[in-house]
Amino acid sequence: MSASMDRGVFEEQVTGLLDELLGAALRLAKNRHDAEDVVAEAVTKAWENRNSLKDPERFRPWIFRILTNTFLTDCRKTSARPTADVRLDDAAEPGGSFSLFEEIHQPFLLWWSNPEQEFLNKVLREDVERAVDALPEAFRAVVVLADLEGFSYQEIAGILDVPIGTVRSRLARARGVLQKALWEHAKEAGLTTSRTNTNEACHETSQDDRV
Amino acid sequence: MKPVKTIGCEEALTHLLEYLDRELGAVKHREVERHLDICRSCFSRGEFEQRLKAKLREAGRETAGESFGERIKLLLRGF
Repeated sequence: MSASMDRGVFEEQVTGLLDELLGAALRLAKNRHDAEDVVAEAVTKAWENRNSLKDPERFRPWIFRILTNTFLTDCRKTSARPTADVRLDDAAEPGGSFSLFEEIHQPFLLWWSNPEQEFLNKVLREDVERAVDALPEAFRAVVVLADLEGFSYQEIAGILDVPIGTVRSRLARARGVLQKALWEHAKEAGLTTSRTNTNEACHETSQDDRV
Repeated sequence: MKPVKTIGCEEALTHLLEYLDRELGAVKHREVERHLDICRSCFSRGEFEQRLKAKLREAGRETAGESFGERIKLLLRGF
């Protein structure tokens, strides 16, 4: 933060972002109590390190970087955060190329039914939360930053201090794992059944084929 | 402007999520967009992924609440 940014401006920025910070912390830490502690600690660290923000316009990614680091480095010891998965982004992840759409989509029903949209209609917020919470830590962080908080890949690379290529590959695999978890949960809950024909997930058509 | 290259389903799907994230370069973005204009199945998949993204976004929405807001306010006042 520039030296000229006083406590009042800092407070205004933090207050404006508090819901977002807590939302991200909640999905990272998985429970409200820990999430609130992570946010409070991150806000304290942000104030202490306010001179490290050179461009006040970049306050949001800057404080999310502090929030994410606070979670990843300071709070791993609590039971909500398994440590075994920390480095798994370098390994092949089962489900990493899974596509929910390909499981559900039924091309032959295209004109009178839409099972994938019906599936999404049945998916509740708690189903999505459960699937995000089940992600390994390294994957959860990119999904939270990209899909929940809407940061660009470049911003995420800065927040997590990894190359942008790592963000791309980690996010792609994380989404596959997330979709697989949603699918497995949906099957268990009886929301859907697997389709039998999996070979027609994509058909190119010409403009003339469209009605 | 140069004509947009026609790409197939495989290439379009490879780039679909980055397309929806608006993370592709302008040329590749137009190629995927063009493919989605002519391929019903990939278009459906794009719609599906977009709605799923919206569901995820929704899962990130949280309200700090009065009690936590007060805690942070007190913390800030102490700086």
